[in-house]
Amino acid sequence: MEEEKKVRDVVVPGEEIVVDGKPGRGVFIENGVMHSMYLGIVDVRSGYVNVIPLSGCYIPKRGDKVIGKIVDLAPMNWVVDINAPYYAPLHVNDVPWRVEFGDTGRFLGLGDVILAKVSNVNEMGQVWITLKEQGLRKLEGGHLIHISPSKVPRVIGKGGSMIQMLKDSTNCRIYVGQNGTIWISGTPDGIVKVIKAIRMIEREAHTYGLTDRVKEFLERGDE
Amino acid sequence: MGMKSDIKLIDDNGLRIDGRLPNQLRPIKMEVGVVKRADGSAFIEWGGNKIIAAVYGPREAYPKHVQESDRAIVRARYNMAAFSVDERKRPGPDRRSVELSKVISEALTSAIFVEKFPRTAIDVYIEVLQADAGTRVAGITVASLALADAGIPMRDLVVGCAAGKVDGVVVLDLNKEEDNFGEADVPMAIMPRTGDIALLQMDGDLTYEELTNAMEMAMDAAKEIYQLEIKTLKGKYGGDNNDD
Repeated sequence: MEEEKKVRDVVVPGEEIVVDGKPGRGVFIENGVMHSMYLGIVDVRSGYVNVIPLSGCYIPKRGDKVIGKIVDLAPMNWVVDINAPYYAPLHVNDVPWRVEFGDTGRFLGLGDVILAKVSNVNEMGQVWITLKEQGLRKLEGGHLIHISPSKVPRVIGKGGSMIQMLKDSTNCRIYVGQNGTIWISGTPDGIVKVIKAIRMIEREAHTYGLTDRVKEFLERGDE
Repeated sequence: MGMKSDIKLIDDNGLRIDGRLPNQLRPIKMEVGVVKRADGSAFIEWGGNKIIAAVYGPREAYPKHVQESDRAIVRARYNMAAFSVDERKRPGPDRRSVELSKVISEALTSAIFVEKFPRTAIDVYIEVLQADAGTRVAGITVASLALADAGIPMRDLVVGCAAGKVDGVVVLDLNKEEDNFGEADVPMAIMPRTGDIALLQMDGDLTYEELTNAMEMAMDAAKEIYQLEIKTLKGKYGGDNNDD
């Protein structure tokens, strides 16, 4: 943070990582040496060396809260696009309503947006999601944008600081899915401002001192 | 290849028709992130070649019977634009481009951690806008950049490079005239970190010594191109990239 816009260490696929620590995510070992799998940034956290990709699709993990869009209806389930390599089925047993066989369309239609949780993932990549938990629901109205899933932690910020700042300064309701889909609801001006701020975070996700610059941007107002 | 002519491809000073030394590459320029709607993309200018590559996926593979339950499939499509060569090329896949698509898919598969994405397909579209010999190796190079840009996990970047034999001399990176009127062409794809070979073809005849020589030449040149690839990828995320 000493410098205004210091860039984190960018590595390319196959690049040797000469940092002390245990191998974490996004690295592989060859001949006892760590190498990066991705075009990404090196991040050392509690003794593990991780490479956080700068782009790429969302890989579902159990327990993640995601925002998905209904893309198909079946008699017993909905098919949800959660921006992962695979579509996720939402079974009628996993919703808080009692749904008669073949009556799925009455509750969720094509194009509806839901905030769901990943309930299970298997080694074949199949994903199951659920709405049966507090806070999970259909999202009505609002505006959707997509960012790279690897940049979600930056949008949320340390302990939710960044997202709280966005909410406070624009009075918008914002949900950030771990899959990189963001739902924003509020005044048109507020939404535009949030989108601009999020695009700025996305662009500069690999730099230090981002929260301060976003704060400055929000206070400065539109430009 | 194979065509006889009285064109002198190597002059008395040992220089080639475009003034290069036998072991000199053509100028190369690369750029990543050129196609906005794609998950990853790249563009390369390699001598007279202009090639664009776009990557989509990993996404669920359809039709379903092409899915592999334990890994992703890599589907590269090499395509030459109708206007990419002197005489209009009939558009669409032909025998040559089907073969190139296959070998490029296989070369890229060896670098990608395909086992991380079962049942999916990674689509790589390679469009040759202007061709000037060595498009398959330039295509592999630009495709690997696009894959890295798409955030696909890889063991290493892949570098394509060709060598060949012209007027009895083993030379690096043939241009159009040398390719047409030379004696042999050896396109290679290499993973420079380990020195693994992902693609090796030979068109024309070479002795064992000449082939070894050509491969070594391509191997050395690949390291040079590799550095350029790394520089291009890192350059995208360098200090001043607010002009997006």
